[in-house]
Amino acid sequence: MQIDLIPRQRGSAALNLVILVGSLLAGLVAVSVVFALNGVNPAVAIFSIFRGSFGSWYGIKETVTKSIPLILIGSGLAMAYKAKFWNIGAESQLLVGAVFATFIGLRFGSLPGLVLVPMMFLAAFVGGALWGMVPAVLKIRFGINEVISTLMLNYIAAEFVKFLVVGPWKGATKGGYPYTDDMPAQAILRQLPYSRISPILLVLAVVGALVLGWLVYRSRFGYEIRVIGENTHAARYSGINFFRTSVLLMAISGGMAGLAGAGELLSIHHYLSYPETISAGYGFTAIIVAWLARLNPAYTIVSGLFFAGIIVGGDAIQISMGMPAATVNVFNGLILVFLIMGDFFISHQVRIRAGRSVHA
Amino acid sequence: MNRIQSLEMRGISKSFLDVHANQDIDLTIRSGEILGLLGENGAGKTTLMNILYGLYNPDDGEILVNGTPVRLKNPKDSMNAGIGMIHQHFMLVDKHSVLENIALGYEEAPFFFPQRALRRRIRELSAQYGLDVDPDKPVWELSAGEQQRVEIVKALSRNADLLIMDEPTSVLTPQEADELFDILRRMCSEGHSVILISHKLDEIMDICHRVMVLRKGRVTGEAPIEDVNKGRLAEMMIGRQIATAYAKADIEPGETVLEVKRLDVDSDRGLPAVRGLSLDVHASEILGIAGVSGNGQQELVETITGLRSPLAGTILMHGKPLDHADARQAHRLGITHVPEERIKYGIVPNLLLYENSVLKRHRDAPFSNWIQMNYGVIRTHAGNLVNGFQVDTPSVNVKVKNLSGGNIQKLILGREISGGPDLLIAAHPTYGLDVGATEYVRRQLIKLRDQGGAVLLVSEDLDELFMVCDRIAVMFEGHFMGEVDPESCTVEEIGLMMAGSVRQEA
Repeated sequence: MQIDLIPRQRGSAALNLVILVGSLLAGLVAVSVVFALNGVNPAVAIFSIFRGSFGSWYGIKETVTKSIPLILIGSGLAMAYKAKFWNIGAESQLLVGAVFATFIGLRFGSLPGLVLVPMMFLAAFVGGALWGMVPAVLKIRFGINEVISTLMLNYIAAEFVKFLVVGPWKGATKGGYPYTDDMPAQAILRQLPYSRISPILLVLAVVGALVLGWLVYRSRFGYEIRVIGENTHAARYSGINFFRTSVLLMAISGGMAGLAGAGELLSIHHYLSYPETISAGYGFTAIIVAWLARLNPAYTIVSGLFFAGIIVGGDAIQISMGMPAATVNVFNGLILVFLIMGDFFISHQVRIRAGRSVHA
Repeated sequence: MNRIQSLEMRGISKSFLDVHANQDIDLTIRSGEILGLLGENGAGKTTLMNILYGLYNPDDGEILVNGTPVRLKNPKDSMNAGIGMIHQHFMLVDKHSVLENIALGYEEAPFFFPQRALRRRIRELSAQYGLDVDPDKPVWELSAGEQQRVEIVKALSRNADLLIMDEPTSVLTPQEADELFDILRRMCSEGHSVILISHKLDEIMDICHRVMVLRKGRVTGEAPIEDVNKGRLAEMMIGRQIATAYAKADIEPGETVLEVKRLDVDSDRGLPAVRGLSLDVHASEILGIAGVSGNGQQELVETITGLRSPLAGTILMHGKPLDHADARQAHRLGITHVPEERIKYGIVPNLLLYENSVLKRHRDAPFSNWIQMNYGVIRTHAGNLVNGFQVDTPSVNVKVKNLSGGNIQKLILGREISGGPDLLIAAHPTYGLDVGATEYVRRQLIKLRDQGGAVLLVSEDLDELFMVCDRIAVMFEGHFMGEVDPESCTVEEIGLMMAGSVRQEA
């Protein structure tokens, strides 16, 4: 028997879909092993996860709520990854966005909501963008690896938020808890009845993902992003300005995460508190969201919903089946590994045949 | 171990997907013989040799050494059978010394003091075959010819009886090539045999005892060298006569288009690459730059196309300066560029053909405005390029990496020419292309010249320069050794200038 690995000549949309579904299924099988080792029937556990997230109105509403930050961040990450700019720092870009929005909220609390809310979102975008531009400048000007710099900036931002909420911004009305005061009432986003879904935020996420999708595949900026991502030598040859493109790219990618930060602040929490509370790891989960979307920002609308469902369902089985809290992370990690492995089969073909080589 | 007295490949077939790379090929070579393997790109030469070297398994057929069938499942099997291969691009570790490179994979070394034994072996082989190599020099300090000798020593140290050489002279000066041929002849007289893959008919005629020609995966001719001539070989190779000279419009060069004055450029390593070089190119003129790779041509081209900053000197395009490394500025001044490493620089393999058809022109109207790409116009443009420049592709919606080298080059050339450039800089535009594509590219260069364009052609292929150019400048160690008229100069003269041994005042 002989196994050949051949570069695939032509792909098709159907093939991509088959491989995608296959990767997900393979990921679920691997997850099942983890469940089984924990003494839980994997079929029941996986069923419970999806029943928890998509099986009830409550679950669906929670899933949509959690998909909003994932879509916002994931679409920005997909765009950065398209240029092979490995932004691992969305977590801190989200936090800095939340900090900027909080600043506006605390400082200009007397403004009417119609002015204040856009100002806070704008500030959040700017904050995330600035935080995202730092690694871009470091990479292009000094050749510093963006994986390291974005990852390390996460710690700096997290510690900075902690400093703010126990120090200068500690709320007078919070009885000693490390929270800032509530954001002005007129800035709090209205939610759909009996849910935590903010319609404005949902529209922002969906439109944002579609706009980013358009940017990547239809705009001149997106063309340059894709050329840089696929072949930096050709990008240099064609006179693409690396500095301008990368900085703008990371400004958008970070800005989207910043918007998610403002969204969490104004829709869910209403005040700034500890970083783990504000984000719940959305910046990392969104990496998998972007990957599952095959780096097309528009597709993060679907993949964001999927992973939001896993988060919600994971919470559900923690309670109902007594699984450890890390289960969801294991689940997500395994799915990502299998998705990345699936990419190999999109570009390569495996042929197994009963073969002879040379006659002996 | 028995030496290879004869090696036979019988009925070898190999397909990739639905492409028959080799079909029912028979090949025989005897000890002391040099066999030329000739064929266009994609004719199946490399596939056949990779099978012999154990890199591919054939779908069908067998290989016999001294009449006994052997199984060559990987390069190790082939090496053990006495087969060595020297690739076109040397497989050496630059930072390591010659000795260390040869030691890599050398199995006969004793446990104690392996270097001493290996150094002795290198000395023996060097003396035996006239291979002059210094075991302690790092590889990056060596010239291409010396590196090739290291590869040969490496193969011989593994007891290779049959040496496969893939386009061995493509990186050598004519003098170095002659030295190589002397070495090969000497090896043959010692009972080795050589399979020489080449595009160059002269070489084949010069050194081979026998020649075998492949076309589209099949053997189209095999003969002792005495029975064939160049014309006959070319015919076997491409199935028709090639044009040996090209018709050019009888026009005088026009105004000066590009003017380079006293240019100094350093290489990436910070070593002097170009020193005090001046040149000018006129409208309706093809200026050729001859020279062995690595004499500053690449740095010169990169500087003129805005990819590299000069240390000193000026570049004027229509009198306007190109003052710093900015490929967009060069593009705006009307300079287009067919780059040397076409797959690395000239295309984005994973983007579609139509997306590649506007690379570098993607910021120009009508292909885009400040924000949006105009993909409708771009698709039409790509379709025109495909038709106008004979790019063989099922559609404009395929990834460019699926095109063959020749078609990629036609696409790049078409893209660079179709805008009606004032100056085209073509670096090794036919390197590695088959005869048909080569001829096509050369005709396009001449057509551009006849229509009033200026062309700067950097090439190592002297025949090409002589056939195409109006003037030829010879570059050696960063400056021009002189300029010659292709009508009156001989290949030998220019070869000596390329080796830096004669300096002729321009």
